[in-house]
Amino acid sequence: MVTSVSSTSPAAVRSSSIPTVAVRQLSHWYGSGVNLRQVLDRVDLTIHPGEVVLLTGPSGCGKTTLLTLVGALRQVMAGSIRLFGEELHGAGRAERQRLRCGIGMIFQGHNLLRCLSAEQNVQMGADLLPGLGYRSRRDLARRWLREVGLGDHLHKLPHDLSGGQKQRVAIARALAAQPRLLLADEPTAALDSRTGREVVELLRSLARDQGCSVLMVTHDSRILDLADRLVRMEDGRLYEGLFNDREASGSVG
Amino acid sequence: MLDRLWPSRRIPLALLLLGRQPARLAVALAGIAFAGILMFLQLGFRDGLFDASVVIHKRFDADLVLVSPRTMSSIAMAGFPRRRLVQVMADPAVAGITPVHWNFLLWRNPETRATRSILAVGFDPEDPLFLDPDLAEQARVLSQRGRVLFDALSRPEFGPIASWYRQGRSIDTEVAGQRVRVAGLVSIGPSFGADGNLLTSSETFLSLLPNTPPGSIELGLIRLRPGADPAEVSQRLKQRLPKDVTIFSKNGFIDFEKNYWRSSTAIGFIFTLGAGMGFVVGCVIVYQILYSDVSDHLPEYATLMAMGYPLPQLLAVVAREGLLLALFGYLPAWLIGQGLYALIRSGTQLPVSMDGPRSLLVFAMILTMCLVSALLAMRKLGDADPAEIF
Repeated sequence: MVTSVSSTSPAAVRSSSIPTVAVRQLSHWYGSGVNLRQVLDRVDLTIHPGEVVLLTGPSGCGKTTLLTLVGALRQVMAGSIRLFGEELHGAGRAERQRLRCGIGMIFQGHNLLRCLSAEQNVQMGADLLPGLGYRSRRDLARRWLREVGLGDHLHKLPHDLSGGQKQRVAIARALAAQPRLLLADEPTAALDSRTGREVVELLRSLARDQGCSVLMVTHDSRILDLADRLVRMEDGRLYEGLFNDREASGSVG
Repeated sequence: MLDRLWPSRRIPLALLLLGRQPARLAVALAGIAFAGILMFLQLGFRDGLFDASVVIHKRFDADLVLVSPRTMSSIAMAGFPRRRLVQVMADPAVAGITPVHWNFLLWRNPETRATRSILAVGFDPEDPLFLDPDLAEQARVLSQRGRVLFDALSRPEFGPIASWYRQGRSIDTEVAGQRVRVAGLVSIGPSFGADGNLLTSSETFLSLLPNTPPGSIELGLIRLRPGADPAEVSQRLKQRLPKDVTIFSKNGFIDFEKNYWRSSTAIGFIFTLGAGMGFVVGCVIVYQILYSDVSDHLPEYATLMAMGYPLPQLLAVVAREGLLLALFGYLPAWLIGQGLYALIRSGTQLPVSMDGPRSLLVFAMILTMCLVSALLAMRKLGDADPAEIF
């Protein structure tokens, strides 16, 4: 299903199929009573297949909450999220887990399994694919590691890899599961600027090849030019574009 | 090769999780092996002691056994009239009988001159006593008065009789204050009640115990004609004989003796409790290991959940860790158990060996121990919240 759209350009896909993510009037809050704290306020966001969207904003403004909601890691409280056309509001634990198989996640701290080699880590991603034999899943893992430039480090443990290499393994792992959506939370935070940009460039080109959408939270201003679209979050509200939009910020409640 | 035979194979996560921490794994395996050895020892002692108590019973050449109803066990055998055994001969199914005297007498160690209680069994050397035919040959020497056959497996406190005898020394000592000569060796083995055994003729036995009421015996062995049904004959004899005797089948007699040690003493309880302690200790160790393993890897489990791995699949990883610990821990326990059993056999003469049922029982206990601990450790996995890892 993913490969079928990989040959077409993102623009063509955009007009022909349902959006990968469609967020409508999404609100979210933590705590209750006097401690109630609203983190998301009537957020709208649409991500089309193959689109790379960068999400910026000051820390604590709800970016990560939005990411976990779109990633089907949290229950939707109010509003609607349609993931690949399926409604997340009211979806149970098992259904969310099933939907997560279509989402690749890249974390700030890479979160590789310490006891597995690079190849085995990537294969944990490939193992999620149904109907593939052990050998083809392993070959898939190797191919992805070569794609991210780690063909010579297949059998190294995360412990023996540099920060940039670990993040590349994490990208390979996320992509090996052939996701339709990649969620990344500050993937460059632990990397120096050059490595950071390289990693994101790689991520973008590989995602493009797969026809996979990307939603990336970042503080890194040096990589903003790599996005198809920029969205900015402030006090739980979402704005298109990079620069402060003073006229809209008044409506935060 | 393996890939082709087993295409749905996954990364052996459980094995790798355990294997990447060799120190912790070694501690875990040592703990499990220790628990297993403890169980092997306790259960081995228990079964060995029960089996030892009936070593001599098993060897009697008898289909049915006559004892006094006042007899509680081999250490408290009461007498009954020998007439009763002779009456049994009237039954057409009975092929032969052997009246047996049975009592504990004081044996003087010919080396240290110390005395110690030994089980003396008196029988007519013309009659068969044991199933193995060797004894009949040896028993001939007993027809001479004052001769005894000494159990070579008796505890060493009785003196170096066996080695002296094999050196060809003539061994004269005292039993119950009377002079006897060791005229041969037999192998029976000590039990709970008896530290050693000696066989002698009825005539010698009665001369050692002159106060025995005339015509009183402690045990009557009954052999049936081939094809006779022991249960049927026993039923018939029970009706015919007065109430001053009890009749057992041979197996019933063995069970009666075992049951005495099982129910009338604390032995069964003590050793079963010991084995239970091993089980609990093992549980605590495995639980500790698995719990800290899950805790340490909680972010990784959460990552796998976020990637789309269902919780049951991750629980299965913990269960497999438990299973692997059980397998790897059992192996050394079994091997060391073998060695310790050999040590027990040579040190105590108890008939302890690594038999199938006990091997299986201990394995089942280790398996239960590991899986129960894994089950408890799994609850920790519920704490892994994939929403928290961003």
